[in-house]
Amino acid sequence: MLEENEPEWLSEEVKTGTTILAIEFADGVVLGSDSRVSAGASVVNRVMNKLSPLHDKIYCALSGSAADAQTIAEVVNYQLDVHSMEIGEDPQVRSAANLVRNISYKYKEELSAHLIVAGWDRREGGQVFATLNGLLTRQPFAIGGSGSSYVYGFVDAEYRRGMSKEECQKFVVNTLSLAMNRDGSSGGVAYLVTIDEHNTEEKVILGNDLPTFYDQ
Amino acid sequence: MALSNVLEIPAAGFNFENAARNAALEERFGGGKTPKPLKTGTTIAGVVFKDGVVLGADTRATSSEVVADKMCAKIHYIAPNIYCCGAGTAADTEKTTDILSSNLAIFSLNSGRNPRLVMAASILQDTLYRYHGTIGANLILGGVDCTGNHLYKVGPWGSVDTMSYMAMGEFWDLAAMGILEDRFKPDMEIEEAKELVRAAIHSGIMSDLGSGNNIDICVITRDGVDYIRPFQESQFKDNRKNKYKYRPGTTPILTQKVVPLKLEVVQETVLRMDTS
Repeated sequence: MLEENEPEWLSEEVKTGTTILAIEFADGVVLGSDSRVSAGASVVNRVMNKLSPLHDKIYCALSGSAADAQTIAEVVNYQLDVHSMEIGEDPQVRSAANLVRNISYKYKEELSAHLIVAGWDRREGGQVFATLNGLLTRQPFAIGGSGSSYVYGFVDAEYRRGMSKEECQKFVVNTLSLAMNRDGSSGGVAYLVTIDEHNTEEKVILGNDLPTFYDQ
Repeated sequence: MALSNVLEIPAAGFNFENAARNAALEERFGGGKTPKPLKTGTTIAGVVFKDGVVLGADTRATSSEVVADKMCAKIHYIAPNIYCCGAGTAADTEKTTDILSSNLAIFSLNSGRNPRLVMAASILQDTLYRYHGTIGANLILGGVDCTGNHLYKVGPWGSVDTMSYMAMGEFWDLAAMGILEDRFKPDMEIEEAKELVRAAIHSGIMSDLGSGNNIDICVITRDGVDYIRPFQESQFKDNRKNKYKYRPGTTPILTQKVVPLKLEVVQETVLRMDTS
């Protein structure tokens, strides 16, 4: 009957479960994410876009607690706007990553969110930064979220230096698909964002269009 | 951008003003069971259709296993073009939406503009995030503004989702969501949309003891708001008159004892009123 137990999802924190990744190529970056948001065992949103813009050519991928990650992204978006007005030009990806890192580090006890920052700027081209727990490190590619554990082997084996834009996009989609198949907290559709000097392209790949592997 | 608040802008960080009071209150119960907050049990849903947004809710408010309010209003007014359904702790949803409504009214007067959904959702997110889940409010915000028809879901921790249809129910399998997933189509007509929301709330009422009684529907379009309360009445109604006035003389007087109070005048002062 109606006991004191209220359903967990009402009080449980909404987490993004998640698989996110970003990879750089010669002239830009590709970011990818799944779309599942869970609260306990319940899927709260099956079509959430976890690739959030920080600036025209800088995006971040959200993972961990949905509220914390969304808030960090919004705060940094605002700070970057102010910063780019002050310097009078588009901000560097490193600056954006630094702003995210500063928040993650200062509030590391209170927050539980991990953002991967990636984008393109004039000086260094495409760059990917990981900001886990308040560190700042530039990497050729970065993966994160609960689903990433299942694909470390795949990305380590398949990554090659000097891939083209299309190869990178395929790499991201394959990785997402494998992770979504194995991780209970990842699923839904795949979102892709490709950033280069000339444009920023957002794409959605629906569930049945994702690549299938041996067991499907 | 400074938002004019009804009360002053709150200081950063958590507000622990009531911690001492709460501890004292709990002591009063001597370690026994403290009264449980009134929860809304609840099934709420929202759907975007061709000309606007339809919001729906049941009307039962429970306190543990007792139905505390059979005709609770869970669709709260925010602005002429924005309404909000609330699930969770009744006091929290009521207060949060009240404060939001006041702030948006001040904003409208200051700027001369109608408030936008995205602004309401951002303010809610900001407030709830600051309290890190201690405010138990699960809100579905819906309305029509100059940028279109919108529906937002804000969680108690401060996460915001936007979709074309959404529901919240008592159990995690969300009976209402099942109906919406099955029958939702983009760009529906108004009657279709109302019927879909009604069916979703109805399934929630049937599957969950914490939801029940009547169904309220609120239709928001560019031309105005249609708040239909109730849209569908529960078949299980009682015929209580709710009138408790009795004729004088209904209760017989058996004995009567008059005790005069002895008062003595101690001091008398006259204050002249100046009427010139």
